[in-house]
Amino acid sequence: MSNELLNEVTFFVLSIFVGIEVISKVPTILHTPLMSGTNAIHGIILVGAIVIAAGANSPVTIILGLVAVTLATTNVVGGFVVTDRMLEMFKGRQTTRPAEPAARTK
Amino acid sequence: MNTLIQVAYLVAAVLFIVGLKQLSSPKGARNGNLIAAVGMVIALVATIPLLHFTTAGVIIIAIGILIGAAVGAIGARMVKMTAIPQMVALFNGVGGGAAALVAVAELLRFGTHPAFAEAFPSVFSIVIGSISFAGSMIAFAKLQELMTGTPITYPGQQIVNGLLAAAILGFVVAVLAVASIPFSFISLMVLALVLGIAFVLPIGGADMPVVISLLNAFTGLAVAASGFTLNNFALIVAGTLVGASGSILTKLMSDAMGRSLGNVLFGAFGQTRTGAAAAAGGKEGRSVRSGSAEDIGTLLAYSQRVIIVPGYGLAVAQAQHAARELAELLEKRGVEVTYAIHPVAGRMPGHMNVLLAEANVPYEQLKEMDEINDEFKNADVALIVGANDVVNPSARNAPGSPIYGMPILNADQAKNIIFMKRSMRPGFAGIDNDLMYDPKTLMFFGDAKDSLTKLVAAVKAA
Repeated sequence: MSNELLNEVTFFVLSIFVGIEVISKVPTILHTPLMSGTNAIHGIILVGAIVIAAGANSPVTIILGLVAVTLATTNVVGGFVVTDRMLEMFKGRQTTRPAEPAARTK
Repeated sequence: MNTLIQVAYLVAAVLFIVGLKQLSSPKGARNGNLIAAVGMVIALVATIPLLHFTTAGVIIIAIGILIGAAVGAIGARMVKMTAIPQMVALFNGVGGGAAALVAVAELLRFGTHPAFAEAFPSVFSIVIGSISFAGSMIAFAKLQELMTGTPITYPGQQIVNGLLAAAILGFVVAVLAVASIPFSFISLMVLALVLGIAFVLPIGGADMPVVISLLNAFTGLAVAASGFTLNNFALIVAGTLVGASGSILTKLMSDAMGRSLGNVLFGAFGQTRTGAAAAAGGKEGRSVRSGSAEDIGTLLAYSQRVIIVPGYGLAVAQAQHAARELAELLEKRGVEVTYAIHPVAGRMPGHMNVLLAEANVPYEQLKEMDEINDEFKNADVALIVGANDVVNPSARNAPGSPIYGMPILNADQAKNIIFMKRSMRPGFAGIDNDLMYDPKTLMFFGDAKDSLTKLVAAVKAA
């Protein structure tokens, strides 16, 4: 096994453990935002798409590169924006909650 | 590889991990998302100096980013809150598709006899990325109701899927051991796309969140595999993080439904037919009672304890504000009002919490299933607003039912049950609900928002 491959496998294995560890305890209400957030993170494939698109020099590679960059960008931008929209709601609750009971007792 | 780029990738990886950590607690969640986004920008910018661009390359990257950013941002901004689950499916699918295409481009570049260490992750990425892409599109279509949400099954389905998987395996071996030619890996991609579709078809719409989460983990792994192909550290780390955390999240989600992942994915086989038949047999000759707004308003106004059970119908009708209005009105009259939130009410875990939070419903009134299930027997009224499967007693007592074994809210134990629904149409799981025929149940038909508004008026008059 080459040195580089060995390094890559090391990162791979350690990342598995980190990924599991980081998520272990999550309240149900955050399942969806968390899924959406991780969904945005795998948009990192955009880096790969840019790498293959950069050297495009034939019709086939041009099409592959163009489609890959488009799809991956949609994943990144859409993923982060939609997650933010979901989480916006949680913020709304925290800021308005203290005022609410006061308003109701009047 | 340049040291500076490596350092930038390391920073990005750390930001992803910190972001994920923050995303798993309610307080830091929004920041967590931003932190991860910063990591993404760093990784992207750091990659650029590494590359030698052709003119065509610069142009297609610019066009691709423009289109993708526009579609992603506008799509994510414009989508209604109710449709967010299918948006997540869509964004997940395109990521899987991108991973598969990157791998195809690399295989083309490697030539006919690539080293195993490069070819293997490439074919892995093609297969898993394509399954994720096609499966996510079906999940999207089911949630968007472009196609039926009920499980689609046919005789011999498992055999067909098995043959597809075997054919894929055959082409994998062909690419790795014989020759990596476009015919082989394009066939591989097509077969994997078909398998992705075939895999999601028999899964009911109500289980889509779990499927999307699983496919999300798949895409993560496909991205990690593409990272091995490209020898790109950022892709390996970020993809693997998503693969691992996505798998755990998938398990957490199916646990929340009280089912094993295997049951969610393959539960439709052999079960739906008996379940549907049992439901169809039982439906005949039974009658339902329906009540007027005045009846129900009076009942509510003179109750002591009311538990509201919100479901997808509330989300569709955007009835969360009307629900809060009714609850406040009742509370003013001294009625104790709580909301019973089933973990998978709506189309996604947490869907109801998000909607009710938007309507400023006090957090303390939202009770999770375990917390509230023993309270139903003390409740005067269980007011079911657009929920169905999560209160369906078949989950408890009909072993043939597709939702058998799913923990449900004990709404049937309340002294009175008000079932607000648009029609008698079965719920998302496509099965009949015995609760509608319960003698204690009063149906109140109509759009959830209109109905709640009518009830508000009726309670005021009572």
